[in-house]
Amino acid sequence: MSLEFLVASGIGAVTAAGIYLILRGRTWPVVLGMSLLGYAVNVFIFAMGRLWQDAAPILSSTGRVADPLPQALVLTAIVIGFATTGFVVELALRSRHETDSDHVDGHEPGHHTGHARDDAA
Amino acid sequence: MSELLSLFFETHLPVLPVLLPMFTAVALLLMGDEGGEANHGGRLLQRRRLLSFSSVVLGAVLAWRLMSEAALGSLNVYPLGGWPAPFGIVLVVDRLSAMMLALTWTIAVPVLWYAAGGWDTRGRHFHTMFHFLLMGLSGAFVTGDLFNLFVFFEVLLIASYVLLVHGQGQERFKAGVHYVVLNLVASALFLVGLAVIYGVAGTLNMADLALRVGRLGPEQAALFKAGAMVLLVVFGLKAAIVPLYLWLPNTYAAASAPVAAMFAIMTKVGVYSIIRVHAVILGDGAGHAALAAQAWLLPVALLTIALGVLGALAAHSLARLVAYLTVASVGTVLTGVGLYTPAALSAALYYMMHSTLVAAALFLLVELVATQRGESGDRLQPAAPVAQPILLGMMTLLGAASVAGLPPLPGFLGKLMILESSALTPAHAWVWSVVLVTSVMTMMGLARAGSILFWNVLPAAPTGKHSIRAGSSLRLIRATLGLLGLSLLLAVAASPLKRYTDAAALQLTDRAAYAQAVLGPVGGAAADTTRPYRGGEGEVILPAPKGKP
Repeated sequence: MSLEFLVASGIGAVTAAGIYLILRGRTWPVVLGMSLLGYAVNVFIFAMGRLWQDAAPILSSTGRVADPLPQALVLTAIVIGFATTGFVVELALRSRHETDSDHVDGHEPGHHTGHARDDAA
Repeated sequence: MSELLSLFFETHLPVLPVLLPMFTAVALLLMGDEGGEANHGGRLLQRRRLLSFSSVVLGAVLAWRLMSEAALGSLNVYPLGGWPAPFGIVLVVDRLSAMMLALTWTIAVPVLWYAAGGWDTRGRHFHTMFHFLLMGLSGAFVTGDLFNLFVFFEVLLIASYVLLVHGQGQERFKAGVHYVVLNLVASALFLVGLAVIYGVAGTLNMADLALRVGRLGPEQAALFKAGAMVLLVVFGLKAAIVPLYLWLPNTYAAASAPVAAMFAIMTKVGVYSIIRVHAVILGDGAGHAALAAQAWLLPVALLTIALGVLGALAAHSLARLVAYLTVASVGTVLTGVGLYTPAALSAALYYMMHSTLVAAALFLLVELVATQRGESGDRLQPAAPVAQPILLGMMTLLGAASVAGLPPLPGFLGKLMILESSALTPAHAWVWSVVLVTSVMTMMGLARAGSILFWNVLPAAPTGKHSIRAGSSLRLIRATLGLLGLSLLLAVAASPLKRYTDAAALQLTDRAAYAQAVLGPVGGAAADTTRPYRGGEGEVILPAPKGKP
């Protein structure tokens, strides 16, 4: 098995798990799913610089060099993903506190605790 | 000294609309914000408002200055950190960018003034987040690099997450969770699209991409198109086009009035990005990948108008009605973009200015009406009359007539321009019928809402004097009137503005001049060192003469 196959199928498996979790109805699995999706995307960006072996990570005048730009991109993406995950965790907790339910719709399925006018739409 | 200062100003002008709100936001953070009514009228609050407001006014001046410079046709290129174009990140202010900047900052002034009428005390750090939002918006409009566009998207999104739940309450958190999750998934997709494009083209600089996409072979072009279509989904979610618009009515109706008004420009960020990627980079002359979205954009845009207007007809609250009209207006703008001619694009840009201003004004107006009606709020059912029926009624009539497209209001001019520009294209029958029929339906929906709000009133005296007073505050009404007045100015100044948008649309088709300005005369040769990956052996051929391994 080539390295490319392993990485590609790994990204695929993690993405699938992430999407499955995002489609769940509770906020905590959704947050986990988004983190997983974020990991998959980060590795995907990294892989778009192609997979290299025995290459220097940054530009030098001699020798083989791996593409440094995806590494820079992925760092930025990781930082942003970290910040947004932190925010969404806090938001989910706050929403749980406000609505007495950790369902993403703000109420337990079948119980309409929200304002009727918005549920009707 | 003053010469030095003006030189500094001239050199760094493109980056100032990004830096100014950033520093203002940081200063506001340092000043602290305890929030709540307790410090209402306090000295700290007054200082915060003063700083915030003067910064927005200064930003508007800067944006208008940039627009007046761009009107002369120059491309203002600002390499961040002095790194030359394909390697470093550049900011590029062309006519389109400058117009979007001016629009953003022009809306920000009355909206912030409105917010300072009380909303900024119903939670913490409203002003800070408002300025971070402006920073993200300005950055997204001036950047010349797709990854940088992603970063500024995130800046404006994070600010918008916080602003959306400003004022708190169950409804806002409910809408907030949906909005945040949707946008985070969209951000992940954005990165996937960017990574695919980078993997194929070896660059994310917009000017460089526009050059390289034409040289791609058919197989690579297919992959590039796939990446670009992923980006279309992401931008489509922001712009709220069919079938990705379902989040918008709930979110905008749940947001506080000034936030919803500011969000009116956020759908336009999506439209702007679609123009940049699909109408410019993948426009004519993009080789095998040219016009990737053409088969999709126009039908989707027309469907968006139709469903948006149907939603407006079915809406049972005024805020939702305006939110659905925002969806419809995005569809109208994208119709112009989807026709893929400079004339149609120009018409779309004019209509975009109008629809943003009117949507912002209507969102503010919704709250004025809702507070004056007391208990019933903005629900479309017979209720107590508003305290100022003539004033609010006339304002609603004005906004509604402009949205529906009655002459001589700017909405009419914008729609007319779009119809006119579609006359010679094969899709003109579709465009004409959808735009005209939906205009009539919009008018019906707004007439229904207006008659319920202002005529079909119950005789009962309004209760709750406090809320009535809040809804007729002079400042709030003036701010709303200011926005409406600005939208009227679009009709008064239609001729110079149309000339400007014509030139902007033409400028977007001139790929050579854009590449020349951004990449410099050596652009082609220098760009070859940021290579697309070639072959599987993992070799990079460096341009250095002795650097061969």
